[in-house]
This record gives sequence, structure tokens and C-alpha cells, in this order.
Amino acid sequence: MQSDASSNEPIIEINDVTKIYGSDVRAVDNVSLTVNRGEFFALLGPSGCGKTTLLRMLAGFETPTEGKVIIDGNDMADVQANKRPVNMVFQSYAVFPHMTVAQNVGYGLKIDGVAKKEISARVEEALELVKLGGLGARMPDELSGGQRQRVALARALIKRPSVLLLDEPLSALDAKLREAMQLELVRLQKTVGITFVIVTHDQAEALSMADRVAVMESGIVRQVASPAELYEHPASRFVGDFIGQINLFNGNASPAGDGKVNVSAAPLSDQVLDGTTTGPVCVAVRPEKVSVSRDKPTDSNLLSTQGSVADIAYYGGYSNLYVDVGAADPVLAEITNAERGIGPGYAQGETVWVSWRPEDTLLFAE
Amino acid sequence: MDNWRKSPAAFWASFIPPTLWLLAFFLAPLSLIWAFSFGVKTGITDIDITWTFQQYARALEPLYLGIFAKSLWMAGVTTLICLIVAFPVAIAIVFAPPKARMWLLLLVILPFWTNLLIRTYALIAVLRTRGHVNFTLEWVWENTNGFLTFIGLGSFNLIGERFEPLALLYNNTAVVVGLVYVALPFMVLPLYAALDRLDRSLIEASLDLGAGHIRTFWSVVVPLALPGIASGIVITFIPTLGSYLTPDLLGGTDSQMIANVIERQFKSANDWPFGAALSFLLMYATFFGLALRALLTKREGMGDRT
Repeated sequence: MQSDASSNEPIIEINDVTKIYGSDVRAVDNVSLTVNRGEFFALLGPSGCGKTTLLRMLAGFETPTEGKVIIDGNDMADVQANKRPVNMVFQSYAVFPHMTVAQNVGYGLKIDGVAKKEISARVEEALELVKLGGLGARMPDELSGGQRQRVALARALIKRPSVLLLDEPLSALDAKLREAMQLELVRLQKTVGITFVIVTHDQAEALSMADRVAVMESGIVRQVASPAELYEHPASRFVGDFIGQINLFNGNASPAGDGKVNVSAAPLSDQVLDGTTTGPVCVAVRPEKVSVSRDKPTDSNLLSTQGSVADIAYYGGYSNLYVDVGAADPVLAEITNAERGIGPGYAQGETVWVSWRPEDTLLFAE
Repeated sequence: MDNWRKSPAAFWASFIPPTLWLLAFFLAPLSLIWAFSFGVKTGITDIDITWTFQQYARALEPLYLGIFAKSLWMAGVTTLICLIVAFPVAIAIVFAPPKARMWLLLLVILPFWTNLLIRTYALIAVLRTRGHVNFTLEWVWENTNGFLTFIGLGSFNLIGERFEPLALLYNNTAVVVGLVYVALPFMVLPLYAALDRLDRSLIEASLDLGAGHIRTFWSVVVPLALPGIASGIVITFIPTLGSYLTPDLLGGTDSQMIANVIERQFKSANDWPFGAALSFLLMYATFFGLALRALLTKREGMGDRT
């Protein structure tokens, strides 16, 4: 969902930020990032990768050990959390249990000394925005989890922050509600035009919502790119493996001249591919790029190998075929079940050929 | 709990001994005292239970009502001071690193391991005319005086001709100091429990929405700690109201509390019926306080809904 609203004007600049806990735990390790105004930006990574620490440094709940955080052109080094032009939606929602929905949403405005009349008008407006109109008098314990999250959203958005920070906002919701909220968050972001920075460990969530995603691993940003770029052109084996599913073959590459390398990675041998990486490498291909056939593919340009069908997993619209080709892991091929009643059309144990185009092949240095 | 029906023998075996214990050693003597409170003294050890209210009438005379009021006042002041002192202590413990937290809690409950009588005598050693506080003050006075003499102001007696020790003992202040010292852990522990349960992200949310630390304290921390505050007040106030040893040892002639009067009725005055009536009035006052608290929390709970 590439947005047109985002510009190239940076609203957040993270410059060489490092956060060290204790004496040597580098939670965030020399991270530099730019988030543009109006962008829906995701920090994606496995748990413990430092994404939440980075978000909390934007909010002002953690201070960087080294480096600078600039929001809206101002250095945040000496700016306390309560003075920053950002608001946050907490993972636990952190809705005040002793206040009504309206008091929760209006809390920030009350702190700012906004007139009572304006507060109630803006609270009503904010509640309409998150589809909670008319529930202002309820107490939080009378709301469902999804509704409490909407209260947290309205409460953070009502102050019209420069940036809205969301810490794993959907992790506590069930699958169906989560999907609906993903779409709704995108809609909301387009409506209010505020920059969103979301932290998530769920790659599907990041890919479907964000304009750009930063993939983090052990405190380091591995790649910052659009979802399509991340999926189709992962910068490293880690990114390729973390985002979606991927087939990996370990091997070696030697220079073949003219911007090409000669790769041998069992069961593939002597394949000439575009690239400059030599030495130990990893050949990778996405499962939906892999074709399965009974006969040897006639196109000699294709990378192909023979194997036997080890497992078939049927998912309705598509099937996953696991083909044992003698490598460490079976090759995963995603086959669209285009014709009714046939399914993938292969039987377990059947000998088949798997093949894919050289331009769909990824080459990572090991 | 619902399967006691399946093994009634086990149920009765565990139910009967404590029940008998309570009946024999709590309810029976209490009933006896209750009955005494409706009697009159007819001899040195003879009490005639005539179901008269005269002991209660006498207990409600201004002299005793005054002592009741004074006890309520002393317990109230003590509770308030405890609350003010204990809140920062509880916050400090909650926000301390997990390792230090255990040691800090241990320090809070450490006094319980020492006999109250010994602790109170120790306090006397601190507060008396030739006690540690006055020694320290005297030392400060002498050094200041020496300094003034040194700079040539010695002859003006700016800080008095000689050191006058402060009268820190045998007055109401000493009693309150002692009561606060004894009751403080009872306030710290429930406050700590309430604050420990508090979701930290609520505090962060308040800061995030622009509130300062003081504003956050009053509009988020205190309201959410109210159950702990209420428990702390109750379990500080009630034992303090009936305290006997502290006012007896640290108080002066005018700082006796109701428990001291009750003790005198049972011992030196040998007027058990009157002592019993005073005891029961004290107990009724306590019940009234507990009922009031239950009523308030109930109304507060209902107020949340509207």
C-alpha cells in the first residue's frame, strides 16, 4: 500500500543511535534511520531485536547511550517524554481503568488546559473517528479488547501529534479482528495524515500496512525498504528468511566474468547467475516462483532439479509441495489450485522436476 | 472447596479444632466481658450482672469522651503522618531494582522481629533529656558557640547562654513519634502491594499525553492506589487507636489514651464492669470505622459505573 501522502521531507531522523543496557548489552546498535512526513513506517524484527527500545527512545521513555534523535527538526536529547510532539499506543493499551472512555480520550487535552467545551467536542470527534461514537460514558472494563484499543488510539490521536507511535498494537487481538484493524489503521492514517511508526514482529502485518519497513536483528537495522522490495530483493539471507517463505541452498560461487558468477549449490551445479558475490554463498528462491512438472523442462535457461514429492499440504486456493531433491531441506513449491477437483495434481512419492527462472533466483553472500 | 461434601470426615476434622479454639479462647471470654459491662461491682471480686446501662452512661461522661476524642485524634494524626511518610517509601521500593527491592522490604519489616517493649525503651534512650537527640543538638550548639566566640560574637549570647535540652519525652509529641514508628510498616506494606500491581505503562501513558510527574501522581497513581491507601489507613488506625504500651511509656500525664484508662479499670481501679463497657465502646467505634470504609468503597465501586 504505497501512499502518495508521504513526502521526502524527513520528520524523524535517528542518527547513529546506540542503547547499551548494563555494561555490554547492545539493545540498539548504531542505528541510523529516516522516517518521512506522512509515512506509515514499520519496525519489524523478532522479539529482542531492539525495535521496542528504539520506539521507546522516540517516545522519550529511554535515552540513547549514543547518537541523536531528531523529531520535526528538533533534537530530542533534552526533551522529556511529556514535552515531545509524539503520542503512543501501548501494547497493553494502558487505558486508565478509573476514568470513563471520554475522560481517557480527553486526558491529554485537559492536561494542556483546553477549555471544557472544546474538549468534549474534540473527544466526540475522536471517538467517531475510531468508530466508538456514543460510548464516551462507558468505563474501560465494560469494553472489549478491540474497543479498548480504539480508545487508546483516539486518546493518542486527539492531541494531533507529529508522529503516532504504535507498540505491537494488534498483538493482543484475535486473528480476524487483527486483519480488520490492519485495514482500519491504514485508513485512519490516510484520514488524519499523521506519520505512523509501528513496531511489530508479524511480517504479514508490516508488509500489508507499511509504506516502508525497517527489518531489525539483534539491535542492527538489516534493511529499510518498501514491502515489495523487501520481499523480492532481500538484502541478506536473514531478511529473505524472515520475510515470507524461501528455499535456501548453500554452496560456492566463483567468478565467471562479465558480471556473472558460476554457482554450485547442491543439488544445483555449475549454474551461471548474475552477480558478483564469490566464495560461500546461498542460493534462494521464493516458493511461488518454483514450477513443478513431470517432464524435464525444455527451456535450458531454467534452474532445475529432479526429486520426489515428500509432502503435500493443501490450503484450498493453493497447495504447498515439498519436493525432496537430496539437499538438506526439501524444495517448497507453492502451486495454485487453478482447476477444481484436481488439487495440486501430484501424488506423494511421485518423481517430479522443480524449476525456476534465473531472474527469480537470489544470491546471498554467507 | 466444593468437594468437602465428598469427604465429610476430613472436613469436620479440619473444621472443628479451630472452631473450638475460637469458641473457647475468643468468643467465650469476649461474651463474659460483654456480660460484665452490664453489671455492677458489689465486692472486691464480686460482679452482679444486673443488665444495667449505668457503666455505659458513665463511659459517656465528658471526662471519658474527652479521652476517646483524644485517642481518635492521636490515632488520626499518626495515620496521616504514616501515610505521608510511607507513600514515598513505597514508591521508592517499587521502583528500586528487583534485587534491592527484597532488601528494602526486609528493612521495613525488620522492626517486627524485635520486641515492642525493647524498641520503645530504645526510643526512650533516643528522646530523653540526656538522650542521643539532645547529645547531638548539644554538640551542634557547642560548636556553633565556639565558632561565634572565635569570630568575636561570643559575648552576645546569640544562641542562648547555655544549651537547653529539648523536652522530647513524656508528652503527646513523643507518643505520636512512637506510634508512627510502630505503625509505619503497616502503612508501607499495603501501599507497596497496591503500587506494585500498578501497570507501569499507565504512568508512561500519562507522561506521553503531556502530564508532568506530579500531575501523573495525583491523577493516575493515587486514584489507582486507593484500595491500598484505604487498607493502609484501616490497619494503621485501628491498632493505633487501641495502643497501650506506647502512650504508657512515652506519654506524659496528659497523654493517656483510652487503652490506658481501660487497663487502669481492670487493674488498679479494679472496676471490671466499667473497663468492660469502655472496651466494648472502643470495639464498637472500630466496627463503625470498618463499616464506614466498606460503605465508601462500595459507593465508589458503584460510582465507577455511572
